[in-house]
Amino acid sequence: MKKRVVSIMLIAAMAASLAAGCGKSSGSDSGNGGASSGGASSGGSSSGGASSGEEGKVINIYSWNDEFRERVEAVYPEVKETSKDGTVTVLNDGTEIHWIINPNQDGVYQQKLDEALMQQADASADDKVDIFLSETDYVNKYTDADADAAIPLKDLGIDPDKDLADQYDFTKVTASDVDGVQRGSTWQCCPGLLVYRRDIAKEVFGTDDPEEIGQKVKDWDTIKTTAEELKAKGYYTFASYADTFRLYGNSIEQSWVSPGETTIKVDQKIMDWVNSSKEWLDAGYLDKNVKGQWNDDWNKAMGSASKVFAFLFPAWGIDFTLNPNWDGEDGVWAVTNPPQEYNWGGSYVHACTGTDNPEHVKDIILAVTVDKDNLLKISKDYSDFTNTTSGMKEAAEDDSFASEFLGGQNAFQYFAPVAENIEIAPLSAYDQGCVELIQNSFSDYLQGKVDYDKAKKNFETAIIERYPDITEIQWPE
Amino acid sequence: MKSKHKKVDYSKWGYIFILPFFVSFFIFSFIPLVDTIRYSFYEYYRSGIKEIGPNFVGMENYISLLGSDMLKYAANTLILWIIGFIPQIVIALVLAEWFVDARLKIHGTQFFKVVIYLPNLIMASAFAMLFFTMFSTNGPVNSILMSIGLTSQPIDFLGSALGTRSLVGFMNFLMWFGNSTIMLMAAIMGISPDVFEASELDGCNSFQRFFYITLPQIRPILAYTLITAIIGGLQMFDVPQILTNGQGTPDRTSMTLIMFLNSHLKSRNYGMAGALSVYLFIVSGILCFFVYRMTNNDDPDGSKAAAKKAKKQQRRG
Repeated sequence: MKKRVVSIMLIAAMAASLAAGCGKSSGSDSGNGGASSGGASSGGSSSGGASSGEEGKVINIYSWNDEFRERVEAVYPEVKETSKDGTVTVLNDGTEIHWIINPNQDGVYQQKLDEALMQQADASADDKVDIFLSETDYVNKYTDADADAAIPLKDLGIDPDKDLADQYDFTKVTASDVDGVQRGSTWQCCPGLLVYRRDIAKEVFGTDDPEEIGQKVKDWDTIKTTAEELKAKGYYTFASYADTFRLYGNSIEQSWVSPGETTIKVDQKIMDWVNSSKEWLDAGYLDKNVKGQWNDDWNKAMGSASKVFAFLFPAWGIDFTLNPNWDGEDGVWAVTNPPQEYNWGGSYVHACTGTDNPEHVKDIILAVTVDKDNLLKISKDYSDFTNTTSGMKEAAEDDSFASEFLGGQNAFQYFAPVAENIEIAPLSAYDQGCVELIQNSFSDYLQGKVDYDKAKKNFETAIIERYPDITEIQWPE
Repeated sequence: MKSKHKKVDYSKWGYIFILPFFVSFFIFSFIPLVDTIRYSFYEYYRSGIKEIGPNFVGMENYISLLGSDMLKYAANTLILWIIGFIPQIVIALVLAEWFVDARLKIHGTQFFKVVIYLPNLIMASAFAMLFFTMFSTNGPVNSILMSIGLTSQPIDFLGSALGTRSLVGFMNFLMWFGNSTIMLMAAIMGISPDVFEASELDGCNSFQRFFYITLPQIRPILAYTLITAIIGGLQMFDVPQILTNGQGTPDRTSMTLIMFLNSHLKSRNYGMAGALSVYLFIVSGILCFFVYRMTNNDDPDGSKAAAKKAKKQQRRG
């Protein structure tokens, strides 16, 4: 009898815990519906921060690498220390920053971020996303007014017209939604340059002077003649056909998908990239063995044993990609003007709707993306081209900004004029998939595996898989 | 009356003990299964971070899948599977026969059994990553080939359909032949030694013994291996996914069905992915049915089939 009582109680306890589990989740579900609608209405009327007087203990920051963490550590005065594995940074007042890093490739970062944003209303205060980063390729997805993922800067207490007056205009446009409300800010501005090997330049052209090399690569026609000279000595001009993509792809005249439409319009510039890449690859100006970017072969092409003369990189590329892959001495690489002005990348910092640390978030955004002294420090320490027009003009003339990696050359001299001339391509929420898949599909064509029409068809198949709402793909004539 | 009261019914404890399994199966397997089937009739995906649907669309997902390249990917999957399975089953049969053969007296069978099983213990993705690095154009395989003078230009293994498919097949073979060997060994050991002895006395050579005794005797297990391998092959994913970076390059010739499914999940397209899963479910279901029939009817000791035959003969007689 006793045994039976005990077992019945056990079963009852188990059943109760199961039922409680279900009850809890459904309860919080209905609760969050109310909370999120409440949050939306309050967000519209007053600042998102004012509603909660007390700051949370944990700031969660979503990013795809530790670039942002390094910048925060460098310039945010409240930082006390970071744990060895780089996942937790403790601030002076005891608040912890938790870094949630997921790689950008294959859309992993966005998947994780989207999951978290979906859960945002449900999450407990310490699990809420407070800051997240986005790249130019998909910034549009998160600044979308309907999605309401990023808090307008105004609601945080930052006035874009006054506080961000010194930022480059195109970065402000990029971080704004359709109505022109700015929902993010960036510390960097990514004008791209041509980075070349001095030793190869000396051997082939007899000079490694950036001015003279700049003349040899000043536009597409001239650089083709130069490529022929390089080829004669056994060198490749660029590593891969993907290297030149940004010069074409970021200067498209119409966005991939116009707002409110479901038609992808492939720009003529993209087809120009395909055609000239084919020509260059067949002529032997590019290394056939390097297929695309961000792979092992591409990284190796930046090593001292490689036969590649130049790369097209913005400032972050030199600091973050080229430098770690280079195994020789400093001072071998130098920068000069690119054949065409372009912008590549840019990490935007957004305050996430529903954050429980609005004051900290505001402070971090101001410290890392607005404060001119901080930005100049970032420029000096990490050779980022930072988002301050007046500061960058000073840097261009200040020899203390010379880069050791570039052998004492002041790269800002070359960056600044490019930055002034950048016209950012119109963005859409579909950019990342389009940019990624068009390169993938045509890479089969460039390598001679499929013909031109098949590559087009493969792109159509792939893009509709990625974005089921796309109904039509229009190719230029 | 009294004796009835005293008799304690223990059977319910059995049910209580298996309850946890059924509860967790219901929550973690059954509900998702039903949900998958339900969503396959809906338009349900995410555009950016906005959710579209679920809107009921009937059979539309199924029809548009048939119009897509699904059958091509099914063919890819089959080809990749065959390239791996044929060497797998042949090598497994030979090894199993050798290991079991008492007269060969192979030393250290236990050791070899462990060694051939080892590749299966490595994570498939790690294994694929390793091959990706080894067979890249700048990889060690190419440098070896070039340094011994077999080729002057690096071979672009992963750039050709043949190369990629063979590599995927080879990897699957390496990972699974140990598993099949051990299974077939168990089957061969199950054959009564009397039969082998008798055949030896009759002057049967080892080829005859293999083809006329071993193979027919292990046929049910062989069929079981085949069908489970097909079901496993249908779900081939991690090796080609990692090896081709999820693209099924070149020209989608190594894109398997599950990779196709996965590319729908990038946009959280639960409707389309659900429909594809249902197709796969039906195919695997049919295959499972065959396995079930085979393991039940063709039992080597002939329980059911033999009984049926005997019955038939009795009726006739």
